[in-house]
Amino acid sequence: MIMMVLIYSDTEKGALELLSKGRELADAAGRKVSVVITGPDAGSRAKRFIEHGADRVILAAPSLEGFKAEEIADVLEGIVKDEKEDVILISSTKNGKELAPRLAAMLDAGCVTDATSIDIDSGRLRVERTVYSGNAVAKEEFASTPAVITVPGKAFDPLPPDPSRTGEVIEAAVQPGGHGSRIIEVKKMVSEGVNVEDAEIIVSCGRGFKSSDDLKMLEELADTLNGVTLGCSRPIAADLKWLSDDHWIGLSGHKVKPKLYVACGISGQIQHVAGMRDSGIIVAINKDPDAPIFNSADYGIVGDLYQVIPKLVEALKARK
Amino acid sequence: MNIVVCAKQVVDVGEIKVNPSTNKPVLEGIPRKISDIDKNAMEEAIRIKEKLGGKITAMTVGPPDARERIKELLAMGADEGVLIEAPENADYHLVSRALARGIEKMGDVDIVLCGEASIDMFSGQVGPRIAGHLRIPQLTYAFRLEADEGKIRADRNMGDTMVISESTYPVVVTVTKEINEPRLPSLMQILGSANKPLNEWKMGDLGLEGEAPRVTEVDLSGVSMERKNVIFKDDLDEAVNELADRLAKEGVTG
Repeated sequence: MIMMVLIYSDTEKGALELLSKGRELADAAGRKVSVVITGPDAGSRAKRFIEHGADRVILAAPSLEGFKAEEIADVLEGIVKDEKEDVILISSTKNGKELAPRLAAMLDAGCVTDATSIDIDSGRLRVERTVYSGNAVAKEEFASTPAVITVPGKAFDPLPPDPSRTGEVIEAAVQPGGHGSRIIEVKKMVSEGVNVEDAEIIVSCGRGFKSSDDLKMLEELADTLNGVTLGCSRPIAADLKWLSDDHWIGLSGHKVKPKLYVACGISGQIQHVAGMRDSGIIVAINKDPDAPIFNSADYGIVGDLYQVIPKLVEALKARK
Repeated sequence: MNIVVCAKQVVDVGEIKVNPSTNKPVLEGIPRKISDIDKNAMEEAIRIKEKLGGKITAMTVGPPDARERIKELLAMGADEGVLIEAPENADYHLVSRALARGIEKMGDVDIVLCGEASIDMFSGQVGPRIAGHLRIPQLTYAFRLEADEGKIRADRNMGDTMVISESTYPVVVTVTKEINEPRLPSLMQILGSANKPLNEWKMGDLGLEGEAPRVTEVDLSGVSMERKNVIFKDDLDEAVNELADRLAKEGVTG
């Protein structure tokens, strides 16, 4: 298999992570890794990618501002066809995940999203991904190239920068076509600046809480555990909006792996469990003894969280 | 508005168990259903039709028993159903190619509505792939939609940002679960759905006979969720003390 690797990410951090894997794949085949960057200031960022492992930086569509999947897909389609790239790595951000399948369809190519591993096995490109809400891992093989793969953040660590590395910077002539869609406005999502994905200890709330004021009780438990991070299940963020989306843990929210996860008043829908199943120790507090959360828990207390949480706070304080 | 809703029959993921002796997930004998978010797409199609008039076609690529799922969508409010027989080893390339060809075969489609992803695989490929095949715009991750005669506007959850986009027709729109609460069909609607047209097409009818998948699955292994499952009930004072001791022993109390 020929291995020309092309990398695109809507964030610089994402591109640096992909470069690390791309470098490994290309080195195994003695081939090259290219990074595509778009926008007016693309040239000034090229050096950084070369230091981190790129052989070539392709500057494209300097007129493009922001991200529109239709335009970026046009640009990448042109580059892949001109340069005969055969593995295309894209970050699994929401932008990346709407871009990759569109591009794959335009190239009549295979695509795997959220790959957790990418390897060459007996000359075949194989990837793994988690399916069925974390209940299974599928190993998949590309039958043809080009192959489009999206990779979640932090799956690979960036290579250390090497200022002595050299590489080529070229300009691609491809231009995006016209499309009937346009972006009217980009707003920052309401955020409380919480990063649940890096948290060591998370206490999390669900529908068992009767009002947003009661979350104070949860904060007290978090403080007692020296874990300031609050998580929540879908209804709390998406429907009730008691907490911002950056607290939301689950399949469409954040995936977390703290050493301790305390689920309070969370029933344990599979979509929630999918977001926290890699946690070290899982504790569940729920008044319903049949709540599925107990199947996913190391320790559980069946009881009213309004009674259990204050008592647990006292018990933990007594042990300090 | 001529609307196509693409829906997928999935296994009820919450019911999946891993067979400990083979380490494979057991998929046989598990109830089938319409992927949850596809019902949100269906509901949104009905609301657009209520506002602007038109016709809704529910389309799926699946096995013969997916007929039953199409009937559920007909009961909810689709006017017509299309079941495209899934080929062996169908991958996203084959499925979305088939849907795109099906949409072309219908002709004059204004809006293609899909869920953001199916709840079994959660790839989110089908919507953007259809848009790529048809080379039409896409509005993804919509949690609010406003359709008018000449254009459609979407509020989109793109993670760190909320993006407001609009598009002319034809367009592919993928929706999130927050966009609406799917309606339950009445008994009359369920009975009435039996008289609505349900077309069955094969890959050959769409010019895709012998089309090969681009990706094949070589292995599927179960990930068992092994937890200690020590559950305390009855005396709460005893329970919290017991739990606090265990957590201290595990060394996870900060």
